[in-house]
Amino acid sequence: MSRHFRALLLSSALMLCASQAAMAEQAPAALDDHGQLQNPLLQSRFERITKELRCLVCQNESIADSNVDLAADLRRQVREMLIAGRSDDAIFSFMTDRYGEFVRFAPPLSPKTALIWGAPFFMLLLGGLIIYRVVRQRSRMPLDE
Amino acid sequence: MWKFLLPFAAFVALVVLFAFGLNPNRDIHELPSPLIGKAAPEFALKDVLDPTRTVSSATLKGQVYVLNVWATWCVACREEQESLLAIARQHVVPIIGLDYRDNQDKAKLWLTQLGNPYAAVPFDGDGRTAIDWGVYGAPETYLVDAQGRIIYKFISPLTQEVWQKEFLPRIAAARGGA
Repeated sequence: MSRHFRALLLSSALMLCASQAAMAEQAPAALDDHGQLQNPLLQSRFERITKELRCLVCQNESIADSNVDLAADLRRQVREMLIAGRSDDAIFSFMTDRYGEFVRFAPPLSPKTALIWGAPFFMLLLGGLIIYRVVRQRSRMPLDE
Repeated sequence: MWKFLLPFAAFVALVVLFAFGLNPNRDIHELPSPLIGKAAPEFALKDVLDPTRTVSSATLKGQVYVLNVWATWCVACREEQESLLAIARQHVVPIIGLDYRDNQDKAKLWLTQLGNPYAAVPFDGDGRTAIDWGVYGAPETYLVDAQGRIIYKFISPLTQEVWQKEFLPRIAAARGGA
């Protein structure tokens, strides 16, 4: 059952990769009248990647949302790399090589970022522990009424 | 006992955290460049003042130089200009002025009116060279050693004080080590 499902998932992933590669190879991929990539697959990748990259001028906006010049330059860069058939990883490492891990809203898990990724789970655990203790304590207390 | 100690420990931990986080001397917009210690990105751009001249990273190699990112739209750059002129008069290292996303005519006017501290003024009109250098604003100033490696980056307007404290010792070290 789960093996079937995995095989299905894998084959569809492969198909997606293949179609992506084929589309990248054809690479007509110019822009349409609205400045969007004509290839819808590339456009959706473009939207996902630019949402994942921080605008360094206004640090809480992504380059997809920001109006500053640098964000426009970086969007152009992403678009050109997509048209050139570069992978998402290649685009992200292009950005982190120049601007550091900080350009990514979700930095990859590493010893340096372990605290950021781990903190929510730690907090959840801590909260759960506190609730557990409080509830247990109260259940032992005699009822007021 | 724990009932009092635990909240107190949490309080102390928060104080320490805030002491680091809210330190007024720390500029949260200042980001460390991942390019420190790496080869300076290559470029070949036309000079603002002489379009027949190409300024390139290749020709600059072999000497310690400063690359200052500026533009006429950059308010802080006007403030920085005076320091740059004074620094240029010391003739310690050539200052290369990367003119970032600018208007060439305005840039020319700026340099003739306010004075030109630069040994060369490569024009990066579309900001591509700036992306390679990891520029995210102006002014930014890089120090490149004779092997063509970026050894230091300073963000915000350069002052004489910063020049003496941060740049001169590094320049001396770069020359001593080479």
